[in-house]
Amino acid sequence: MKKIPQKEIHKYLRHNKKFPHVWCPGCSDGIILGATIRAVAEIGWEKDDCAMVSGIGCSSRMPVYVDFNTAHTLHGRALAYATGIKMAKPRLNVIVVTGDGDASAIGGNHLIHACRRNINLTVICINNNIYGMTGGQYSPTTPHGAKASTMPFGNIDNDFDLCKLTIGAGATFVARTTAYHATEMQSIIKAGFEHNGFAFIEVMAACPVIYGRWNKKGDAPAMMKEMKDQYIPLSVFDKLAPDEKMEKSPRGILKAVLEPEYSERYAELVKSLQSREGEKV
Amino acid sequence: MEKTDKAVLMQGNEAIARGAVDAGINFFAGYPITPSTEITEFMSRELTKRGGVFLQMEDEIASIAAIIGASLAGAKSMTATSGPGISLMAEGIGYAKMIEQPCVVVNVMRGGPSTGLPTQPSQADIQQSRWASHGDAPAIVLYPASVLECYELTIRAVNLAEKYRTCVILLSDAMLGHMREPITMPDLNNVQIIDRIKPTIPPEWYKHYPDNPKYRAPLASFGDGYRFHVTGLAHDALGFPTTRPDEIKIMAERLNNKILQNHKDLVQVEIFGDEDARVAIFAAGITARAAKAAIKTAQQHGKKMLLVRPLTIWPFPDEAVTKYLSDKRMIIIPELSQGQLSHEVKRVLGVSKKTRRIVELQKVTGELISPEEILNSSREAH
Repeated sequence: MKKIPQKEIHKYLRHNKKFPHVWCPGCSDGIILGATIRAVAEIGWEKDDCAMVSGIGCSSRMPVYVDFNTAHTLHGRALAYATGIKMAKPRLNVIVVTGDGDASAIGGNHLIHACRRNINLTVICINNNIYGMTGGQYSPTTPHGAKASTMPFGNIDNDFDLCKLTIGAGATFVARTTAYHATEMQSIIKAGFEHNGFAFIEVMAACPVIYGRWNKKGDAPAMMKEMKDQYIPLSVFDKLAPDEKMEKSPRGILKAVLEPEYSERYAELVKSLQSREGEKV
Repeated sequence: MEKTDKAVLMQGNEAIARGAVDAGINFFAGYPITPSTEITEFMSRELTKRGGVFLQMEDEIASIAAIIGASLAGAKSMTATSGPGISLMAEGIGYAKMIEQPCVVVNVMRGGPSTGLPTQPSQADIQQSRWASHGDAPAIVLYPASVLECYELTIRAVNLAEKYRTCVILLSDAMLGHMREPITMPDLNNVQIIDRIKPTIPPEWYKHYPDNPKYRAPLASFGDGYRFHVTGLAHDALGFPTTRPDEIKIMAERLNNKILQNHKDLVQVEIFGDEDARVAIFAAGITARAAKAAIKTAQQHGKKMLLVRPLTIWPFPDEAVTKYLSDKRMIIIPELSQGQLSHEVKRVLGVSKKTRRIVELQKVTGELISPEEILNSSREAH
């Protein structure tokens, strides 16, 4: 991982216009924004060639801060908007920022179908296990038993494992990281950017103000420490006994395979049709 | 496509698809739904062959999202659907209007509500096309009455979307979409195609939402070097979210005024028959065809009748309704809905007047209104 000087980062921010940001004290979103920009800077993408698309929610406010081509779209639909952008202009590097509710509840259908198509988008899914923007309702990733404003007696729903979900749906790059592991996050996001195909990166995030309060998790540092303990490298996780695995979650790149990418596949189809058309004449 | 003077037999849905391609649509995303599917199937063949993009998305919500996204990236984009699909697209249509991004949505109307009558015609989405999305922003909605007009108004819909930077809805119906008529394709050299204006100023001067009363403002696309932000939140001239009342006022007034102040450019009405008749018919789309047949029959019997037919449903042709219908003794409004058009005519003319009768001829059974039914309802006046 390359160290990116602070000055370099500012180049990618609409820093003079849009700060201070909307996120609560202790929120992980700023750390994730930083890692995302550093990953872009490391690859050296031009700002004009990058598009950031989001849905609705805390995490989805991110595009306003970056000096890219940016779209804050509708709740759950970021992937469908991003698909249109990518297919209309495949040379753009399209980054989708979304949250657990945005991606897997209201947007769950678009998520599995984007995985299936293997279109070259990088999804940074910020999972804080709750709907923060609307004040703390339970989401599809709120753990079973945890509390939220609409599960005040403890969550009776089962929660999604977003990485297993996207692997099952055919994503060709799936990774999990946390806001605590900020430098690792940067290299994982970079790998996701460089992956030619659909890349899904779940970033575990702390929401001390809402999720933390409902579940007596303590302040932001306490929640970061919990992430540090709970999310262990995949190689370590694999060696655990089955009952030990119940207590921990793997992090790192969980899947990375190369399969034909959708916009390239489409371009090939167009090319073959046009050469066939040429033969006829 | 070869252009000849010879008439070709064409289906309404095909005419819409051909019109779209000729208008420069190069991106289409859709989801199968009766009775609009032929448009989607045509685009899957034609656009792919031409190097455009065709996507079959996972639902109608994704379809409208994909075409708005594509439009942001510079494409001229369109989708086609019907009843349940247009309901799902409502939020996306509002987003396109809010961020002022050109795109075209075709709604081949079928009976409703809900799954309704998938294979049978209806005109019950007239008000839906105006009010689909929450919040208030005006709509541009066109409605052809023939296969040739399906072609022509599709081109016009694409042009208006590009010109006014908004989502334009083209209505059709199950009958118009599936019927075939011989049409002579217009010479494309004589057809005006409007494209969005690309900005030429330095990026740092670029405002995504300038105050321009004529509203032919330059529109940058993603990847053009003008890095802008769009959001469904209320926004300022640069596209960034705002809660400042003065900035919100400018935005809301612009969305309204760009359509209200351009009625002359937007509203098209056909006047058919005898202007000095005492009996007039106000009808649109497929129903206007029966009205024309009724007028021809009436004229053969020496009776005078007038048809006022809006090709632009929204903005509603208030001026034409006032001009041609104010002095009529009887106004017949046949429609395949429970009063969606007559509601507007009554709004413009007022209901309570002893010297004028408004006859509402409504059918929502999946059948069409016949010329005879229109003539029967007019008999009283003669």
